[in-house]
Parts: sequence; structure tokens; C-alpha cells
Amino acid sequence: MTIEFTLNGRRVSAQVDADDSLYHMLRSLGISSVKCGCETTNCGLCTVHMDGKAVLSCSVPAPRCAGHEIVTLEGVLDQAKALGDCLADEGAEQCGFCAPGLMMNVLALAKENPRATDAQIDAYLAGNLCRCSGYMSQRRAIRRYLDGLCGEVRA
Amino acid sequence: MARYKTYVMAQSLEEAYTLNQKKSSVIVAGNMWLRMCGLNRQTAIDLSALGLSGIEETNDAFVIGAMTTLRELETDAALHAAFGGAFADALVPIVGTQFRHGATVGGSIYSRFGFSDVSALLLALDAEVILHRRGAVPLRAFQQEAWDRDIITHIRVRKGQRAAAKSVRLSGTDFPVLVCAAAQEGGALRLVVGARPARAVVAADGVSPWADEAEFARIAGSVPLGSNMRASEAYRRKIAPVLLRRAAAACLEGTRDDH
Repeated sequence: MTIEFTLNGRRVSAQVDADDSLYHMLRSLGISSVKCGCETTNCGLCTVHMDGKAVLSCSVPAPRCAGHEIVTLEGVLDQAKALGDCLADEGAEQCGFCAPGLMMNVLALAKENPRATDAQIDAYLAGNLCRCSGYMSQRRAIRRYLDGLCGEVRA
Repeated sequence: MARYKTYVMAQSLEEAYTLNQKKSSVIVAGNMWLRMCGLNRQTAIDLSALGLSGIEETNDAFVIGAMTTLRELETDAALHAAFGGAFADALVPIVGTQFRHGATVGGSIYSRFGFSDVSALLLALDAEVILHRRGAVPLRAFQQEAWDRDIITHIRVRKGQRAAAKSVRLSGTDFPVLVCAAAQEGGALRLVVGARPARAVVAADGVSPWADEAEFARIAGSVPLGSNMRASEAYRRKIAPVLLRRAAAACLEGTRDDH
């Protein structure tokens, strides 16, 4: 079947099978930031925004996306740049495989709760696994990014 | 992974119900667990265009659409105020935020998952399941039934209750080893044990808020428990009275002085 939806601000159409996932559809459209990790809804690597909410693209049926707005990292590069700088400054990524999913979820958190505490950051990002175990440096980077958004400087 | 030949975005509940009467059909709700079940079906029926998302507050109850996500339950201010944050406490441990943006309350309840944190809390709150054909059925009864081909449209939860849920997990976002939930209504407690690992059950109803440790041990001892890869029956036996007591204490927090 053919569906139409908005991808990163542009109206697109895609040919999908009944059992395709949003993840597979995005990859077939050349969106390479979206990664497949566990494919069992646990790791968060495939996180994208659907109608402004962070979702796991491996679990969203592709046909359900008809008429909806999908945003991937390619669509938010400007906002992601500042976060990427924070991640780099804090040495918060090693292999980098989890970074696109992590960044999409952090951007969702920033929109929902830009003044999140460390505990709230941990809770919000519990579904983003990092096999390099960079959680502490990731949290420092996210703290720095959110403080920057709020114009705050912490010691 | 699940395999379908056709995907139907249902335009009415009746259309969805009619299609779902064939054994070769399956309802797609959040698609979190379903997609991993290895199903091979002719027709997938999507309910997301039927307006079944959202939480409506009436004078005496909350009516929750079956396609309402767990994240919506967790963050709804009115539910939070009415039940003392019980929904957030029970649902936040489930995987991650993105997962809860997808998983639906209807899918969680229909599937009668043994591991479900959702059904334990809603059982404690004595919720009703509203089905398209059969109408209202107490969750307590629905939970024990075999799967049929009716469709959950809403879940109804009475106001005037306090509730709490406690769980033990081997790691933060894993399935629970055991879930215990408590609700207080009319001065008495209703206690539920879930992830036994079988379906959650009401362990006791009409329990005194002044129940002592021996009473919690007796109640926990009356619930059939089992073993699975996460924990043995013996381990569950050890922690069940403690979790029940903690759930009851959390539920009663701030209200004991009233009695």
C-alpha cells in the first residue's frame, strides 16, 4: 500500500507492506540516523518523533504513520548541534551507535521539561541503552545542554 | 516478528469487530508485544483512528480510552490528583518513556500479561472493562477469562480511592519479579499480587487498614505463586508479604489519621 506522511517537514509518500515497521520504512527512504539495536522495544536506538512524541520506530506499524508527522535526527540538526557539542565536550560517546536515539529522546525531554533534575533525566532516558556504558558522561552532557537552554550556569 | 497480509485502519468499531471475528485477524493496539509474538495473520486491524485515546473525568469515575498510552496515564494531572500518584509510580518502571508513548492500556489489559504492572494497579482499583459487544465487565472477572474476539473500548475507574503499587525487578527496566498493589476504598483495603508469574489476582478484599505483619503473611500465603527465569517460587514467597505490606502502607500514607 502507499501512504503519505510528513517526514522532517516534507510531505512524502512511501510504499509499505502491512507488516513493515516505521523503522524499516525510514531506512528504505534513506534515513540512516535511525538504528536498529534490539528490535524488542528495549534499547531506544530507533527513537524518532511521531507527532512531537518520542517513539520506538521498530514498534510503530508503518501503515499507521499515514497522515502523521515524523521527525528524525536529520530533521533537527540545528537543535542537535548544541547537544552534540555537549556530548563531545564531555566525552559522552564511544562507538556512537546509540547517539541518534539518545539525542532524539533528549530533544523530546528538553521540549517537555527543560528544567529536568538529574533524577528526572535518568528516568526519562531509562529506555536508551548504551553498550559502552557512558551513562555518567551522558548525563553530564545532558545537564550541560539543558542548563545552556535555560541560560543557567552551574558550578 | 508478526506477519500480516493486509493492514486495515478501522473506520468504525463495528467494522473492527466484524473483521476481528475471523481467527485470521488480530487487533493492533500499541504493537509493543504483539510484534514479537511471531504471529502470522491475514489481517491486522488498527484501532488508532477510532477516537479511543484520552481520559474523561466524570462525577464519579475516570473513563479511559483503550488506546490511551501508558505515558498519558502516567502524566495525567487529574488521575495523579485523584489517586495520589499511583499511576505514575506503577507505570514509570516500565521500560522507557518511548515505550510508554506506544504501549496502550487496552492492549495491556486485553492481553492479560502475567508480567503486567498495569493490570495489578487497575485490579486493585476494581476497574471495569468496557467491551464493544458485552458492555461493562469487572476487570476481576475479565482477567480470569480466556481471550475472546470482543474489543475493549474503555476502562472505567471509580473515584474515591487511594492506591499504590510496589514491584521488584532484577534490573531497572526489566519485567517485574513480583508486583503488589493496594487500594483503599470505604475504609478497607483491596490487595493484588501480579507477576506471580501468572496473571495478577486479587489476593484479599476488605482488609483492615490496621492489618499486622501476620495478616499480610497470611494473605500472601494464600496466593498461588510460581517460578520462572526471573525468580523461584520460594523467592516470591519471601518477598510477597513485604511488598504487600509496603503497597498497603504507601496507599494509606496520609490517610491513617482519618480512622
